[in-house]
Order: sequence, then C-alpha cells, then structure tokens
Amino acid sequence: MGAQRPDRGRDKASVVVRGVSRVFPGDLRALDRISLEIHAGEFFTLLGPSGCGKTTLLRLLAGLEVPDAGEVEIGGRAMAGVPAHRRSVNTVFQSYALFPHRNVRQNIAFGLEMQRVSPAAIARQVDEIAELIDIGALLERPVDALSGGQRQRVALARALVNEPAVLLLDEPLSALDAGLRSRLQVDLKRLQQRLGMTFVFVTHDQEEAMVMSDRIAVLDEGRIAQVGSPQAIYERPEDVFVARFMGHENLLAVTRHDAGGVETALGRFEGGFAAGTHLLLRPEALTLHADAPPGSSGNGFLARVEECLYRGAATDYRLRCGEVPIAARVTNAGRSQPGVGDTIWVEVAPDSAATLNARRHTG
Amino acid sequence: MTRLRRDSLHLLGTVAPGALCILVFLVAPSIYLMGMAFLSTDATGLPALPLSVQAFRELAGFGFLGWSPGNLYTLLRSLWQTLLATVLVILIAYPAAYYISIRPARWRPVLLLAVVVPSWTNQVIRSVGWMNLFAPGTPISDLAVLLGITEPRMGLFPSQFAVIVGLVYNFLPFMVLPLYAAFERLDHAQVEAARDLFASPLAVFRHAVLPQTLPGLMAGTVLVAIPAFGMYVVTELLGGGKATMIGNLVAQQFAAASNWPLGAAGALIMILATLLGLWVLRRLGRRLGGDREVVI
Ligand SMILES: Nc1ncnc2c1ncn2[C@@H]1O[C@H](COP(=O)(O)OP(=O)(O)OP(=O)(O)O)[C@@H](O)[C@H]1O
Ligand SMILES: [Mg+2]
Repeated sequence: MGAQRPDRGRDKASVVVRGVSRVFPGDLRALDRISLEIHAGEFFTLLGPSGCGKTTLLRLLAGLEVPDAGEVEIGGRAMAGVPAHRRSVNTVFQSYALFPHRNVRQNIAFGLEMQRVSPAAIARQVDEIAELIDIGALLERPVDALSGGQRQRVALARALVNEPAVLLLDEPLSALDAGLRSRLQVDLKRLQQRLGMTFVFVTHDQEEAMVMSDRIAVLDEGRIAQVGSPQAIYERPEDVFVARFMGHENLLAVTRHDAGGVETALGRFEGGFAAGTHLLLRPEALTLHADAPPGSSGNGFLARVEECLYRGAATDYRLRCGEVPIAARVTNAGRSQPGVGDTIWVEVAPDSAATLNARRHTG
Repeated sequence: MTRLRRDSLHLLGTVAPGALCILVFLVAPSIYLMGMAFLSTDATGLPALPLSVQAFRELAGFGFLGWSPGNLYTLLRSLWQTLLATVLVILIAYPAAYYISIRPARWRPVLLLAVVVPSWTNQVIRSVGWMNLFAPGTPISDLAVLLGITEPRMGLFPSQFAVIVGLVYNFLPFMVLPLYAAFERLDHAQVEAARDLFASPLAVFRHAVLPQTLPGLMAGTVLVAIPAFGMYVVTELLGGGKATMIGNLVAQQFAAASNWPLGAAGALIMILATLLGLWVLRRLGRRLGGDREVVI
C-alpha cells in the first residue's frame, strides 16, 4: 500500500551491512562479503573505480536488489523482506530515472503524492526544495526539455524532498560544471547537517569524496579496501590500491626494512617505519632546495626537474631521480622556484613518509 | 528567390506522390461516398437525383411500415460488441505481451510468431473453424450445456458469444504486437524510481508502467476497435443473424438489398462514430499519460 508515511526524516538512521555478497550470473562477484557500519546522521562516501560495486551496494540498501548472502539493517531494523517502497530510503539515481510523462514539479512531488501528503503541503515543499537547489524556474517544464545537469538537480530534488532517514546519492554531481558542482557540494553538505539525514554518497572523484565526507569507504572489486576519515585515507592509505586511487604517485618499493629505517631505490630513509612493501612520499610534504640544507636529516635525494605545472596556488613538479619519477607540490609563496633542468635536493620531512602494503585483496 | 524556389520544388517533389495517393484513394472515394449518401433511389433501387436525406431517414428506422428501431439497435450493438471485444483483447494481450517481453531473447520471436501465424490464413477459414468448435454436439458445446450456459442441443454457435470470441481471436495479434514493442522498450529505471519513491505495486503499474505502454495500448486499440466496428465476416458467419453489426448493414445495402444511398449513409455514420471514438480515446490517453499528448 505504501499509503502511510514511513518514518520521516530527521529521525536519522544508522545503516549496518553485515557480510553482504551479491553475485551476478557468470560468477561475477559485484560485492564480496562487505561489512560496513554507517552512523546515524553521517555523511558517508563510497569511493572506487568504475565497476567496483558502488551502485550495487546502494541498490541493496534501497531494496532494489536482494543480497545473496549477509544482511542489511537500517535504523536498527533488519531489512530482509522489506520491499523498497516501505523503506524510508530514497535514491538519487546515477541515470536520473525521471518520469518523462511528468513535468519537473510532478516529478519532485511523486514521493510525497505516494505518501498521501496533502496537495497544499506538497506544493509548498516542492517550492522550498526547488528554491534550495536553484531549479525554481524549471518547475513547469517537461523533463525532456532539460539539460543533463538540470535533470540531475531534479533527480536530487525528487529524492531530497521526502527527507528520508537515509538518502542514497549515486554520483549526483557528475554532470555539473565545476562551479555549480563545488557550490552544490557545499550546499549538500550543509543541508545534510541541517536535516541530520544519513547520506550515503557515491563518487569516483577522490577530491569530491574528501571535501564532503565524514568518512569514506574505498571499494576495490567488490571488497572494502579501507574505511576512515578523509585525512586518514589520504595520509595513511593502507595499501597501494588506495594510495593510487587517492592520487598518490610516489610509491617506492621497499628493498630492506629494519628498526632504523627502510631502503629504497632512492636510498635509505631513516625513521621508525612499520613493515610494508612500499614507501609513500606525499607530494606536498616534499620540500625542494638548491642544495642539501644545513642540518638536514639526511632523508632526501638529488633529482632533476623535468616539468613545472603552475596551478595558481601551488606548482606541481615532475622530478626524476635516476629512473624513478617523483611528483612534488610546492605552495607558491613568492619565493624563487627551481626551473626545468635544474638539479635540486628533495628533502623528505620525517612525518611525510609512510610504509604501506601491496594491494591487500588481490591474490 | 532561387533558394525559395528550389525549396518549394523540393517540397513538392517529396510531398506530391503521397498527397496524390491520398487524393485518389482516400479523398475522392470519400467524397463519392458522401455524395451517394445524399442521393435518393429510383424504382429499381439505384441511386438517383434529386438530393435528399431519404437514406438517413431510412437508416434511422423510418420505412414504408412506419418507424422500427432495428437499425438503431444494430448501431448500439456494434458499439457494445466493439467495446466488449476491445476490452477483452486488452485484458488478454497486455499480460501476454508482458510475458513474451520477459522471456529469454531467443524465445521471443517464436512466441510472437505463434501469436501472428493464425492471422495469415483467411478470416473466413478461421471463423469456420470456430463454427466447427462451437456447433451443437461438440465437446465445448456439451460442456456449455452441462454448465447451464446454453440450452440443450443448441450449441454455442450461432450466438453473440461466438461473435465476441471470433472478434477477440481475430484481433488479438494487432494488440499484442504494439504492446510487445512498448514492453520491450520499457525503461526499467522508472519502475525502480517509483518503487524507491514509496509507490506500491499497483501505483508502480499506474505511474511507471502504464504511461510507458500507453502509446502501444492506444495504437493497439485503434488497430483493433476500428476494424472490429466495421467487421461483417465474423458476425455473418458466427452470429447467424443474432449479432449483426453496422458493417453487415452496410454490406447488405451494397449487395443483396442494393440500396446504395442507404449503404453510403451507414458508412458515413460509421466514419463519424469512428472519429468520435478516436477523440474519446485521445482524451483518455491524455488523462492517463499525465497531460502528455499520446499520438495515435
Ligand atoms: N544486473 C546486473 N547483471 C550482471 N552484472 C551486473 C549487474 N549490475 C551490475 N553488474 C556488474 O557488477 C559490477 C559492479 O557494478 P556497479 O554498477 O555496482 O558498479 P559501479 O561501482 O557503480 O560502477 P560505475 O562507477 O561505473 O557506476 C560490474 O562489474 C557490473 O558489470
Ligand atoms: Mg554506478
């Protein structure tokens, strides 16, 4: 029936996923024994490359897909056997999935209509949400007369207006231009905090994930590679896959590890590193000097500048030390900077390097 | 100027053949028919001047022996039987088309063929087939007698029931095919969006499935209802005079009764009724399709 309003938003709900697997025909493990705990009111992001199972996981939460193993709990209630329309969960679909026979207003109103909200209240709520997402001028337009970005915002409004306990967003900003995108990133984050809804947000853009999330889960071929705060994931990735996905390029194979430091192709780095197969040097934690500075820790190496990419606030350097390419990022503060062809000393601050392991999940 | 001329020549070249066909094969006969309907008959029943509304008076039931409601009943019966047959066709074809559309891809052409193949034979032959099935003494008729549906030794044929069965059977493929096309293109994402937005299964059907299949449903309805309304073979053979429709009336006037103006008047009424039906259908389509024009 779906007549009664499922528990309304603001009663934010936690989401618990326990040992969930989804296997598609052909033994394709879209999700492989995933376990996650998403706190009530949290902005939680699923991050991963195309095909890693992000959409499949959202569909399981929405009730559009049934797990082959494991269980899902929303707001403390087991969801097995609860159909999609009885879950206080709404989705912003990756493909928008708008109703072409309804105009923008009617699309946004759909969920409220199904919950038998009074027409006056529907009109008011639709106007409010349209104002918020800046589509007030489009309300009476047919949806097939909208651009991709406009459609995406309608899809967002259509889900948001219901104020569900959990909102699932499948790459909801991917079709927007950079300006609108960063504005909506901030707006969405604020909205989520104001309404206290639990957001499960999908993206394959690591910067977007870091800007918006309280916590991030990085997915790798149907498994969870790492869960943590944006800072933890960026600064202390647990394996090479996560590090590469977060944009890190400076991963040096560790040839020897002992209590005092590690040895790599770039020489020895002193410090109490944990055991690991690779050493990660974060590009913004490297400093470039004309010569080895006095009082240097000795953690550093000589490199040649191959390319400078000026980015306004910072400059990205592509360096080469022997055969090893290294990326460094230097904030532009009006100092004189090395140019292409210069040989420079790259100083590695003690806390800017960390060891990590080869991809944990493969093999 | 030359550009304009070239464009108009181009337009003429592309549109003219079609326009000519329509003119020769549709407009001219229609005008001829309309003219005929307003002629009177001479002593032998052939059309003759002067112009009159004699044919329409006759059609309305005014004859030498005063007024009789026979023709009006025939018109009403035509409408009723068309409506009944169309609704039954929809009720059978809708689930059938859906079922075919969710079969594995290699089975779909086979199933569609099974629906279509019977219509490759002649209407008369198929009707005779039903006559044999429904004749008195056949197992089906005996079963009907046992169930008290029909009188002993009467059989199910000839009867209005047999006519409806014949109509439904005849026109089923014309509904299944457009509906199948609609189901095959069904955008499943809309169905999931509706479910996600608290729509019950019934509401999902109403708001996400029906609007998408509506164009197919409309096309099928037109393809079924219009020929069914003018049908005379099936009614002639299976009805045995018990379920005549306006098609029979018209056919009769052009053949045995040879009163061409009356036949033409009947045909004109048929056209008007059909146009009215299309208008109603369009209104209905707009209501169900959420104000969007459904082209039929
Ligand atoms: N209905 C299905 N039938 C078969 N395989 C499927 C189905 N849905 C998804 N898959 C497969 O499951 C895997 C995960 O798909 P999913 O859509 O969850 O990826 P995703 O992480 O959302 O990717 P993207 O970023 O491209 O949207 C893919 O390999 C996909 O091919
Ligand atoms: Mg996806």
